[in-house]
Amino acid sequence: MSRNTVVPMGSGHRVEDELFLPGHLGCQGCGGALAMRMVLQAMGPKTMLVIPACCWSIIQGPFPYTGLKVPILNVPFETAGAAAAGLRAALDAKGRTDIQVLAWAGDGGTYDIGLQSLSGAVERNDNILYVCYDNEAYMNTGVQRSGATPEGSWTTTTPVRTPKDRPKKNMIEILAAHRIPYAATATIAFPDDLAAKVHRAKEIRGARFLLILAPCPTGWRTDSKHMIAASRMAVDCNIFPLYEVFEGDRYHITVEPKGTPVREYFKMQGRFRHLGDKEIEQVQRRVDFEWRRLLHKAMQEPFSM
Amino acid sequence: MKKVIMGNHSVSYGVRLARAEVIAAYPITPQTQIVEELSEMCSDGRLKAKFVKVESEHSAMACCIGAASAGARAFTATSSQGLALMHELLHWASAARLPIVMTNVNRALGPGWNIWTEQTDSLAQRDTGWIQLYCEDNQEVLDSTLMAFRVAEAVRLPVMIVYDAFFLSHTYEPVDIPAQEEADALLPPYKPARGTFMDVEDPRTFSNMTPPDYFMEMRFKIERAMRRAKGEFERAAAEWRRLTGRSYAAVETYRCDDAETVLVAVSTAASTARVMVDSLREKGRKVGLLKMRMFRPFPCREVVDVLRKARKVAVLDRNISFGSGGIFAAEIKAALSNVPGHPPVYGYIAGLGGRDITPATIEEIFDRTEDEDAPEDPVTWIGLKL
Repeated sequence: MSRNTVVPMGSGHRVEDELFLPGHLGCQGCGGALAMRMVLQAMGPKTMLVIPACCWSIIQGPFPYTGLKVPILNVPFETAGAAAAGLRAALDAKGRTDIQVLAWAGDGGTYDIGLQSLSGAVERNDNILYVCYDNEAYMNTGVQRSGATPEGSWTTTTPVRTPKDRPKKNMIEILAAHRIPYAATATIAFPDDLAAKVHRAKEIRGARFLLILAPCPTGWRTDSKHMIAASRMAVDCNIFPLYEVFEGDRYHITVEPKGTPVREYFKMQGRFRHLGDKEIEQVQRRVDFEWRRLLHKAMQEPFSM
Repeated sequence: MKKVIMGNHSVSYGVRLARAEVIAAYPITPQTQIVEELSEMCSDGRLKAKFVKVESEHSAMACCIGAASAGARAFTATSSQGLALMHELLHWASAARLPIVMTNVNRALGPGWNIWTEQTDSLAQRDTGWIQLYCEDNQEVLDSTLMAFRVAEAVRLPVMIVYDAFFLSHTYEPVDIPAQEEADALLPPYKPARGTFMDVEDPRTFSNMTPPDYFMEMRFKIERAMRRAKGEFERAAAEWRRLTGRSYAAVETYRCDDAETVLVAVSTAASTARVMVDSLREKGRKVGLLKMRMFRPFPCREVVDVLRKARKVAVLDRNISFGSGGIFAAEIKAALSNVPGHPPVYGYIAGLGGRDITPATIEEIFDRTEDEDAPEDPVTWIGLKL
């Protein structure tokens, strides 16, 4: 566990190799746009994207334009896992095993409406990389709560009088329970760690899952210039630890957090502004618990509560 | 080679002869034997397809969409609730112009749970942009499966092969299994045009946001392709007749030439109706049968050409659109509406939820049509036990 993971991400990367074309339609400071750029750099041009309904349905640009230099298949909201599995099967049938299939879905399409089709693909161990860029709510429809929305958060469907009262669903645990060959978390403030995980995933056959925390200035009610800082702070305060899980049971924490209080992270974002000391303390207790449980799983310390 | 096989296995043989490349399916009665047999074929190497055993019908169609988008020949099969679950993706498959072939075994939708035949499931999907072909016997099921791929790939629209639960799906009949060379002659390997499939050497975006400036023309082209499908079906049928001697048309007439009362029937009910037409003809009654094989695109000209000469038209619907009546009857009324002096259309609902349609059912329909001066409004139910 170290602060900086050394990986061959930037080596030899040239602007003309960039697979993300200029002129995307994301909001200023969009974490999801940056995440795509980083992932595609690591994936390379022999990649086919499957994108269900999500912010990226917009970001990629409308017909007859395209935002990327790899083929993109847009599919209905809840079908990323199954459509990617079908694309994979077709490529395998045609002997194109050199091409990677990359499903790219938001948290709504992953945690909620697309969970069944993702579960099916992972249970079958279909040879796909599934990336969820997680901005923690239905941002494309204007900030409604999803299963990925953190406890205490405001959204337009969880107004400040009755904010989200349940913790964020633990997607990595759900996938680990499938005994998925590789599942990992990443975020845009740690690009080397993110690229290393994409490279690792590329080397593994079968289902692979990457959960990328992608801050959203619009929905998090934060200035776009603070997005990288928010991404870093989410890791440092243990709200979003960076780790990977092999075969659903070998845990490896890849970035050592600073242990910053949750309060500092919350202070940066309008979506938590309504929370009082009591509520923040409650979230802090849960975060501490989950972090210790993760340390235990990674065999860093005995489990006790 | 002749074999005695069940209707469902006729599909499996058809899919094998079509050399499908990707199959994605989920079990549902009464379709399940189709995919069981295909699993065997993939397992023992008779069929070199990737079989994705998905976790729902919704994912089955999503999987076919993914596969067909990469230029693979994709197949799935379903029924009733499974087809209803797919609804969103049926629109997607046609608007994405993907030549997927699917078998739907007609089964009533619940509640109450009912596994027996009724056509409401497939007819409720009439506006999804799928070509629909209804089959009457096991040979037709096999032959239609092969022709379906050819038509689908020619017009780049998906095709649904439809037939009755149990009356056909589980009924064993002798079927001539074509030689692989015959199937290959009808259906060469699928080679989609450049730019119409996912290709890393020619990266394009498919089905992205489409503003009003482009959307309507895309819908127009789907409609144009759908209209073209009838001709493509006729070409495929002509080729198949040349290869096997068996002939198929969008609609088929039986003793209609001088018929005063023509009954429109579909699927296995058409077999029963044919027998009853013979029986009534022996008694001197001028009756005939129009069997509809193609429902989408609706073969308007063929239907009108036959029915305009009749004095009365009866339509047997094993389906219901609540508040409107039988779905075939509604379509036929629409087709005839611009024909001056067209015959009245008598709509009958019978055989829902798998209730038998017997010769007596057909006879009652002919009797009532001939006896009554005008059709009952809005529809006549046959065999109700209230």
